[in-house]
Amino acid sequence: MKLFSEIGEYVLLILQAFKRPDKGFVFRRQLWTDLKQIGSDSIGIIAIISVFLGAIMAIQLAYNIDSPFIPRPIIGFATRSMLILEISPTFMSMILAGKVGSRIASEIGTMRITEQIDALRVMGVNPANYLILPKITAAMIYFPVLVTFSIFLGVFGGWVSGSVTGLVPSVDYIQGIREWFVPFNLVYAMIKTLVFAFIITSVAAYRGYTVKGGSVEVGQASTNAVVQSNILIIIFDLILTQMLLT
Amino acid sequence: MIEVKNLYKSFDGVPVLEDINIQFEQGKTNLIIGQSGSGKTVLMKCCIGLFPVDQGIISFNGRDFSGLPDKKRRHIRQEMGVLFQGGALFDSFTVEENIMFPMNMFTNMTLKEKKERVNFVLENVNLGGTNEKFPSELSGGMLKRVAIARALSLNPKYLFADEPNSGLDPKTAERIDTLLYDLTKKFNMTTVINTHDMNSVLEIGEKISYIHKGKLWWEGNHKEILQTDNPELNEFVFATALTRRIKK
Repeated sequence: MKLFSEIGEYVLLILQAFKRPDKGFVFRRQLWTDLKQIGSDSIGIIAIISVFLGAIMAIQLAYNIDSPFIPRPIIGFATRSMLILEISPTFMSMILAGKVGSRIASEIGTMRITEQIDALRVMGVNPANYLILPKITAAMIYFPVLVTFSIFLGVFGGWVSGSVTGLVPSVDYIQGIREWFVPFNLVYAMIKTLVFAFIITSVAAYRGYTVKGGSVEVGQASTNAVVQSNILIIIFDLILTQMLLT
Repeated sequence: MIEVKNLYKSFDGVPVLEDINIQFEQGKTNLIIGQSGSGKTVLMKCCIGLFPVDQGIISFNGRDFSGLPDKKRRHIRQEMGVLFQGGALFDSFTVEENIMFPMNMFTNMTLKEKKERVNFVLENVNLGGTNEKFPSELSGGMLKRVAIARALSLNPKYLFADEPNSGLDPKTAERIDTLLYDLTKKFNMTTVINTHDMNSVLEIGEKISYIHKGKLWWEGNHKEILQTDNPELNEFVFATALTRRIKK
């Protein structure tokens, strides 16, 4: 019963958030701030994880594919495909759920317990619209950029590790990443990323917005936001994969 | 003038306010006093529209507020300034941005006009020159004064303050009281202050409403409260040795 009530509350909050902003320039300013906080500030962690994951995947594939009947370019092909189909959109979204989701939940939750949201309401501002819409918009603009960046860096990491260790000759790896490319896979990755961006920001915003109590509850809201976003990401990953790839 | 008529409010079936009838007068500091849990904060939150009322009417200069849906309350809300207990300033904004916020949202003032208004309200709360500071850089008393400045930014007709003295030393608390009193007179506002600070009651209580167990128990002013024979009010107001000495 509580689950249904929470889903109802969540839907109502998101409907409130998707109203027309009161002032365009205030929305744009808030969006600009959120683009920086949600997007630009995440570049570092995405870059490090992507390079290392690409490198690890290339080494693991080389280690597992030791048959002379399997051509070496398969390693580059498999690294690229895994990065586009799953690692960059899904795994990076889970990383972002931890970084961005917890930040949004704790920021909005703190605003709730310190009466800043009440202050907005009393002024006649729609707090859901003012606080949540720019965050969802910023994530939906920036996450595809981060995921694209992650794909390139992952492929680069695989090339570096294969070349440095000598497990995958550079020529074979580059041939592999250029062969059998299906453009729709990128579309699939971007659709998933957009859905995950919405889930991460909206769930975190809901958790923060509905906090009652004090700092302990803000911490709980932040943890719940990350856990629930990750569960929803996996569920929607399966649903979208079934819908788009079969 | 703000009029509260036959107000009834409950939470989960438990009544918190029952049959409250109060008039908050223009140009006066109207104080709501009562023990913790008496319902005074709920009364204020009903007045500013944060809690819906179960029964009764709250009207601002004859305009029904409590009966309006949230969307249609905006016009009256823009005539209100509210000082929350903790200040409720936006942490990520500077003092200037905090005060400018309501102007950004609801006016078409130019940047120059907005800056002039910010400086004007900051001067009124004796905080000129703090424009670029962040809330985290301010003391408790300064935070309250910036919150008052923000509440004044749209030139409100009604000013609400929820326990403006809580957490402040006596000297700063007195300065906040004096400031609220002076601003009420200067701008001819209807000011409603929630407090259990006896110094405020005795210094600036032009109209005092005592809430006890969710009911309006007594009304009067700071002179009448010293002579009251209401036992519950006496027990509340003269709870400390100092106030008992004052009464004698």
